[in-house]
Amino acid sequence: MSFLIGDNMTGGYGAADILHDCTIAVELGEVVVIVGPNGAGKSTAMKAIFGMLDLRGGAVRLDGDDITKLSPQERVRRGMGFVPQTQNIFTSMTVRENLEMGAYLRTDDYSDTMAQVFELFPILKEKSRQIAGELSGGQRQQVAVARALMMEPRVLMLDEPTAGVSPIVMDELFDRILEVRDSGVAVLMVEQNASQALAIADRGYVLVTGENRFSDSGQALLDDAEVRRSFLGG
Amino acid sequence: MTDFLDAVVLLTNFVLVPGVTYGSQLALGALGVTLIYGILRFANFAHGDMMAFGAMVVIFMTWWLQSLGVSIAPLPVALVALPVGIVAAIAMSLATDRLVYRFYRRSKAPSVIYILTSIGVMFVMNGIVRFIIGPDDQRFTDGARFIITARGFKEATGLHEGLAIKLTQALTVLITLIVVVALFRFLQKSRTGKAMRAYSDNEDLALLSGVSPERVVFFAWLIAAALATIAGSLYGLDKSFKPFTYFQLLLPIFASAIVGGIGQPLGAVVGGFIIAFSEVTITYAYKKFLRYLLPDSWAPESLVQFLSTDYKFAISFVILVVVLLVRPTGIYGGRSS
Repeated sequence: MSFLIGDNMTGGYGAADILHDCTIAVELGEVVVIVGPNGAGKSTAMKAIFGMLDLRGGAVRLDGDDITKLSPQERVRRGMGFVPQTQNIFTSMTVRENLEMGAYLRTDDYSDTMAQVFELFPILKEKSRQIAGELSGGQRQQVAVARALMMEPRVLMLDEPTAGVSPIVMDELFDRILEVRDSGVAVLMVEQNASQALAIADRGYVLVTGENRFSDSGQALLDDAEVRRSFLGG
Repeated sequence: MTDFLDAVVLLTNFVLVPGVTYGSQLALGALGVTLIYGILRFANFAHGDMMAFGAMVVIFMTWWLQSLGVSIAPLPVALVALPVGIVAAIAMSLATDRLVYRFYRRSKAPSVIYILTSIGVMFVMNGIVRFIIGPDDQRFTDGARFIITARGFKEATGLHEGLAIKLTQALTVLITLIVVVALFRFLQKSRTGKAMRAYSDNEDLALLSGVSPERVVFFAWLIAAALATIAGSLYGLDKSFKPFTYFQLLLPIFASAIVGGIGQPLGAVVGGFIIAFSEVTITYAYKKFLRYLLPDSWAPESLVQFLSTDYKFAISFVILVVVLLVRPTGIYGGRSS
């Protein structure tokens, strides 16, 4: 029984389904990556798991509870954090205010969490008074991840966290994500940079036209000749 | 030397003091418009008439208090009545939201529908106000009239020109200052204020962070209605209350909000003063001012007035058009759509 599982999910935005019996599962302390060609339904699968899409079939379970009918806000309360691919920060607010908004639902004292997040992303501490919209692309992604961490989620979901950042920044971001995993968080992410993402992933799913095609450990997928040929560019 | 001082006093009396006062009134109005735009994402055409509605309640309350013999001289009784007007305007705004706007919010209507709806609300509100208090001028000012009189100033300084500052002008500036500082502190420091800014900045992410849209909308109406009543009452105290003038004020208020950058509270304040000073400086006749400064032989024959005061609304309109053409996001980079 996985900690978070989107079980046999079927659904889409309109009449046509994008996902077909798609199953994605992630355990605590594990990084799971969803890869696949464009239009494979990777982001849709993430949205479905987070409740931003109505499912026609299948279920989403968190720690054994069926959460299929819960709103995204409810899922945040239950310990799920989501970092959207775009527009994932409050550009007119300072870095610190972004983090405060991340902790908006918390009524306890979250200064410890803020300190931990600043420890994980030291550059953000330095720039905590700066307007987030003025930061570089990589720093903005860090703000986005940090904002989601402020709820101390048990599951962190990232939709293409490295989109549009340089390879160096990407490596650093992956390092941070591994640190988050090592603290016992379940990390689920969609990645365009498939081979780099699979290299750090504990497990990976290859989606094609909304269906599971392959699922294995990250390294096994990287070594699989067919996966390499079809999706990783040789 | 006294000629120069006379020129300065003249300009202060006819340009600076009225400009600051009018600018404060516009700033308060524009803040309400910009706040609703930031949260509900539409240009609220009913804001001017909400100002009239709030001011109307203040007037009735003032008259009632005056009939009871209440006086807080030298201050006007309207200040005591102001909270009642604010509460009434808030109730009216929330009722309108519940009866009209919420339906469109739930059906996720495009913003043009909201704008047209707000025009409808504007006509209804306009009708309500005229039906209750009538279309005519109403005066409700009492207490002291001036804090500095022209005659007193002349006697004290020995200059030819007098400087008069009305109590209502001083009150307008003072109250605006307090309200603006309080509002900015609220938006910057409080949890609800931050939630409002976050919602205005990125609605989806604010929802993901757990911000309740209905709560944010509630506070937006609450603040906008309070600001509208304060602005409307101060304008009425300073000049006079006539329902139609509040409809006319809509243009300079929108111009203020857009010049500053719509959705940006600081922009609304700055925009208010820009519009006010543009109107006052362009419609002022500089003849006398130049007479003090220039040698007699150079003294102008004409009024040296760029535009007649009849055209003052054209100034807001021209500024509005120029800003929308040249820099549609305004000074502080608000939204352009």
